Amino acid sequence: MKHPGAALSLCVLAAVASSAQATDTAPQARRSGTEFMSPALRALQADPAQNPAQLWVKDGEALWSRAMPGAKACADCHADGSQRGMAARHPAWDERLARPVTLAERIDQCRQRHQHQQPQGPDGPELLALAAYLAEAARGLPWAPSDDPRLLPWQQRGERLWRQRMGQLNLACTQCHDQHAGARLGGATIPQAHPTGYPSYRLEWQTLGSLPRRLRGCLVGVRAEPFAPGADEWLALEVFLARRAAGMALEGPAVRP
Amino acid sequence: MARTLIHLPPEPKRGEVIDIQVTIAHPMETGFRSNDQGVPMQRDILTHFECRFEGRTVFRAELHPAIAANPYIAFAWRVEGPGTLSFTWEGDKGFQQTETVALKVA
Repeated sequence: MKHPGAALSLCVLAAVASSAQATDTAPQARRSGTEFMSPALRALQADPAQNPAQLWVKDGEALWSRAMPGAKACADCHADGSQRGMAARHPAWDERLARPVTLAERIDQCRQRHQHQQPQGPDGPELLALAAYLAEAARGLPWAPSDDPRLLPWQQRGERLWRQRMGQLNLACTQCHDQHAGARLGGATIPQAHPTGYPSYRLEWQTLGSLPRRLRGCLVGVRAEPFAPGADEWLALEVFLARRAAGMALEGPAVRP
Repeated sequence: MARTLIHLPPEPKRGEVIDIQVTIAHPMETGFRSNDQGVPMQRDILTHFECRFEGRTVFRAELHPAIAANPYIAFAWRVEGPGTLSFTWEGDKGFQQTETVALKVA
């Protein structure tokens, strides 16, 4: 027999989900995740002596100039100073793969093509370190993902996923992050989901993690089955989210609750 | 070798009270959790931290399972003069690491 309380809470949830008009966050009202955090956490993020993501930044800095056996170091191809804008330009179109790539995937591709390394995926230790180093180098820059028209179908696919109800809770991303941003979900404040601080050190994870890892957490949260690792859906969502947050200041590697 | 971050003012004055902030990359596995196979995970934490100036202990701390991963420790110290500060972390599974910083005094 179905539990009466469960049916009631689903009704309440459905009412909450449909109460707001489908108004999206206007560009001028965009707020980074930092603005939804406590002052203590903001201070932790802003102070390089306290931000634990600096551990990965230092690792990435060492990796950047470390020559791989029989291959070049990143610094041998990329001139010093070129690190600054890299994180701001992604996701971008990759001619060889004929699809968009995120910064993490670009690093992974570079490691495979030029350094003969095994792919690690966005949460591999060296990937996180290099991504954190490049995110730090791009801090404060306005996010300018590629406006190549070939990215448009991916962006549209990502937007469809953003608006699609998913999982047992039957919620779409937009219902929380556009319509109820700033409200509370349990003990947590719902942010607008602008991924300007990735890779991020999440206190919940007690480690640095990638944006796909964060998205997976949200899918599990609405009790949907996450897409397969490396599936196109993750990429489409990342392309859409980058376009949605375009022009906002990058603040990676950030700290998130 | 675990990555460490050690922050102190670049050239403090003799007698000045400075903040020393240190972070070390460490999982601080509590020993109370199970892995995704349901098998209990062995405890792996740091248990001791010690800061020495010219070989003499100036700050010491004991760490316990409730402390989060990548522990950050901050303490104040009155600068005694130029010399070497050493920072030692010890923990489970024979973990031991020492970092040294040459302190210049203005």
